[in-house]
Amino acid sequence: MSNIFFWAMMVLVIVSGALFAPEHAGLAIHPMDQFEVRPLFGHGDIGVFTPTNVTLWMALAVLGVIGLLVLGTRRRSVVPGRAQSVAELVYGFVYRMVEDVAGKDAVKFFPYIMTLFLFILFANVLGLIPMSFTTTSHIAVTAVLAALVFVTVTVVGFVKNGAGFLGLFWVSSAPLPLRPVLAVIELISYFVRPVSHSIRLAGNVMAGHAVLKVFAGFAGALGVFAFLPVFAITAVYALEVLVAFIQAYVFTILTCVYLKDALHPSH
Amino acid sequence: MASTQTGTDQAHGAAEAGHASAAGMPQLEFSTFPNQVFWLLVTLAVIYFILSRVALPRIAAVLSERQGTITHDLAAAEELKRKAEDAREAHDKALADARAEAHRIVEGAKAAMQADLDDATARADAEIAARVAESERAIAGIRAGAVENAGLVAREVTQEIIFALTGHPADGRTVSAAVNARMKG
Repeated sequence: MSNIFFWAMMVLVIVSGALFAPEHAGLAIHPMDQFEVRPLFGHGDIGVFTPTNVTLWMALAVLGVIGLLVLGTRRRSVVPGRAQSVAELVYGFVYRMVEDVAGKDAVKFFPYIMTLFLFILFANVLGLIPMSFTTTSHIAVTAVLAALVFVTVTVVGFVKNGAGFLGLFWVSSAPLPLRPVLAVIELISYFVRPVSHSIRLAGNVMAGHAVLKVFAGFAGALGVFAFLPVFAITAVYALEVLVAFIQAYVFTILTCVYLKDALHPSH
Repeated sequence: MASTQTGTDQAHGAAEAGHASAAGMPQLEFSTFPNQVFWLLVTLAVIYFILSRVALPRIAAVLSERQGTITHDLAAAEELKRKAEDAREAHDKALADARAEAHRIVEGAKAAMQADLDDATARADAEIAARVAESERAIAGIRAGAVENAGLVAREVTQEIIFALTGHPADGRTVSAAVNARMKG
């Protein structure tokens, strides 16, 4: 059955490749065009408040969050339906993550972490729709997300522990002569955190989308043999779906880890 | 870098030219940063508001309600199980009572029968003993009679023998004494 389906798709791809092959086959690869920020209306300059494609796709992410977590749970059933099950699954997943990784007293940050997780997840997944715009592929967006986490963690660390938060950099389990060296390393790693935190997300998303576009460009150039890059695109797309979820998860769990450092700075 | 547009739009073309200066990466087009940051903060604020005011309390309520329902149902199941256990115990007890009662009745009947039997046996024994005593008395009487008769016969025979031998009638008293002495011996 699936075998028949496979061959039918194969034939379809090859036939459509033959039919729709461009007359002037040539490489037309513009992998970065998809990341362009454009005004939604007209072609004017982009000011701070200009509605752009960023606005559109972030708004769609908000709608996605509302659709899943608000509309999906509107019946408040004790025996949940499909949407409510997924909403509860996401809730339980992030809640347990916060509780297990950052500790019981981090639960009051749960709405904040849930916001980050859902925004990144929906931005990543919506970005996989062909012709869409991926807001999380922009370093400006992920840098703000990471900076928010960094500032929150640092402020919480000092408010909760006072100067004791500096104990995070003083590795008391190491031999005494090594401690100043380790303190410098810990300090550097602490300030590198937001950089890696933001570039990991934007880099992964951007690279995957660019690869898809590059393969798409090959498909345009290969004519009848376009089915080869099309299969490659299918495989990469599947990988990208995985990456969309994993990067949201990684960003969130790292946030929890950093938060744990702020709440319990002793090693 | 190179645009797919064919330069029909002047402003767009200018934007494309701007991208070329940013090494082809729209991510490094710093002029768009304030816009992105602004909309991101708006988006995060909206999502946070929705989550903390509506979605998360609702889901938490549903989850705790479900937990409550489950706990309640479990308690009810426990209660029913306990009741079934009680009913079974009561049934067992009734059964044991009935069995004990039956046993008691059987024992009573057995004891009554035993008593009757003992009574009958005792009466039969008594009767047998009475009959035996009576028979023994009769035998003793017969025996006494026989001894007396034998004494009589012996005296008469002795007197006859003495008369036949001596020609004189024997003295009755002497003969009696002699016979009695003999028979005692």
